Amino acid sequence: MLHALLPAVALALLLAAVFLKQPRAMSYFGINLLLNLAIPVMFATLAQMMILAVSDLDLSIGPFVSLVACIGATLMPEQPVLAVLALIAAVGVYALAGAVIQARQLPSIVVTLGLSFVWLGCAVLLLPTPGGTAPEWLRSAMSWRTPLLPMPIWMAIATAIVGHLLITRSAFGTLVRGLGGNPGAIARAGWNMVRVRAGVYAIAGVFGVCSGLMLVGQATSADANIASRYTLVAIAAAILGGAEFAGGKVAPVGAVIGALTVTLAASFLTFLNIAPDWQVGMQGLILVAVLALRAAIDLFGGKR
Amino acid sequence: MSAANERIATPATKTAAAPRWKRLAGNRPWLGSCVAAVLAWAATVWSGHGQGSGDLLTAALAFSAFTVLVSLGQMLVISVGPGNADLSIPSTIALSGAAAMIVMDGSNAMLVPGLLAATAVGVGVGLFNFGLIRLLRIPPIIATLAASLIVMSVAINVGRGLKVKPPALFSDLMAQRVLGIPLVAIGALVVTVLVALMLERTVLGRSIAAVGQNRRAAQLAGLKVERTRLMAYVICAGLAGLTGALIAGFSGGNSLDQGQEYLLMTIAVVVIGGTAVAGGRPSVPGIWGAAMFMFLLVALLNAVGAGPGLRMLLTGVIIIAVIVLASARPTR
Repeated sequence: MLHALLPAVALALLLAAVFLKQPRAMSYFGINLLLNLAIPVMFATLAQMMILAVSDLDLSIGPFVSLVACIGATLMPEQPVLAVLALIAAVGVYALAGAVIQARQLPSIVVTLGLSFVWLGCAVLLLPTPGGTAPEWLRSAMSWRTPLLPMPIWMAIATAIVGHLLITRSAFGTLVRGLGGNPGAIARAGWNMVRVRAGVYAIAGVFGVCSGLMLVGQATSADANIASRYTLVAIAAAILGGAEFAGGKVAPVGAVIGALTVTLAASFLTFLNIAPDWQVGMQGLILVAVLALRAAIDLFGGKR
Repeated sequence: MSAANERIATPATKTAAAPRWKRLAGNRPWLGSCVAAVLAWAATVWSGHGQGSGDLLTAALAFSAFTVLVSLGQMLVISVGPGNADLSIPSTIALSGAAAMIVMDGSNAMLVPGLLAATAVGVGVGLFNFGLIRLLRIPPIIATLAASLIVMSVAINVGRGLKVKPPALFSDLMAQRVLGIPLVAIGALVVTVLVALMLERTVLGRSIAAVGQNRRAAQLAGLKVERTRLMAYVICAGLAGLTGALIAGFSGGNSLDQGQEYLLMTIAVVVIGGTAVAGGRPSVPGIWGAAMFMFLLVALLNAVGAGPGLRMLLTGVIIIAVIVLASARPTR
């Protein structure tokens, strides 16, 4: 129980620390500013979580989100049809990668590593130098002042519900976790494993598309490396949220909270006036601290 | 008795029935990468109308030497079992390069202490990595990722504005050639042979293979599983540390992003070289083949005038193609 609550507790502690340090952040505008950057990270984390659910690891999600952002900033304003086709093709390549991984029993790390070069190459071809403009509708959508709660909170609730329904409640989600936990059983039950894994990768691709479009809507322009750090951030967020590397154990709600925590940790360090040089290291330390807490709970709480 | 014989005989007859090239490739997972390297070299030379084929080879050997040194370590780590990988290599290379330059401080006499300091920095990172893995019981990928963030921060603070040139002797040695072969490449070859001997002849080497193939069986057989893993991580980080110093010496001073490319590069080289990602089957000669292949591939794409975008795109496609082709190996 404590184990499952840990991501939420970590987020609450971090939020409390931020509010204590900067009480003015405790407002509609303040929260929006603090957590805005978490929106694309949440979707990237969900994408990574889909892949983790089948006991794979995706090293290409960061470059993929960058590519989507580049498509959004170059093709989308002038040739929306072509842009949509390009996005569909990219998701198709993702699904194909999933199918190849299953059919040839390849290590996902290596295939997605190769894919990351493909995405980055395409992004550089589309947008050799930083620039481009996001379409007007996307920019205004991302700067919409949502009623009652700031947009990041609504988005977190929405993504958590979607992830929860998809992974924990749907028949497909059960199949996905089964493929991660006991592929032999799924095969013997007569499922077409190639199709299931391709489907998982395609869904991850769709989440990646959401992430990239929202990112470019926020940033208004793009560059080929705009989201390259997302690969590691998404892994960290999903793991913080309670996912494990093997056995199909994932937690969609935790993953969303993990994404918020990782983003907030970065803003918190800026609040503390920590020199930018040390901020990277502090992110590592926060990651270690949360994982140490998890290990301690496992050790003393007896729940494994 | 006869049943046992039969079981042993079956795979042999199967191999005999397979085409000859398949039989040849079956026991030599490194062969593919070496063939690919030769093809890439030939294609590059051909596209340049046969000019500078020797120079190209020399450059490939020098640059591959760094890749080989780091990848040998990554190979050991990947070989201790599924889920093991060292993501902290770029940070280690950045920090150890800075440490080496500070210790050497441009003086020839401090060359050896500087190299030792760089290696010691690496060993320290390796111990830290494994400490996180063991104490926090977290997957190595996350542990080394967290460690890399911390190490990078230290490297930024240590190495910021550091403008120490490597000692003249160091730079000369790095540019030295023996019979046309760069000295670095000879050094890397010596380390390669040592690693190969270690894997074949020592308890540690056999333990690495055994732990990677079946951890539980290795433990039940009385092998020191955790100590084996510790050694793999320490050797890997130590080699990365040494390489950091060498890169700084080669390029006339350290820079913080001098290790950046080696994260993805080492994993790609290890896997293309024929090492099993699931662990337990390291492939030492393949490291050279794959490292040369990766360098020559970029050279080839440069030679035919591909821009950076197209170059990356094709690199990715070729990595995936090589993996898919390699998976057709009958060993599976």
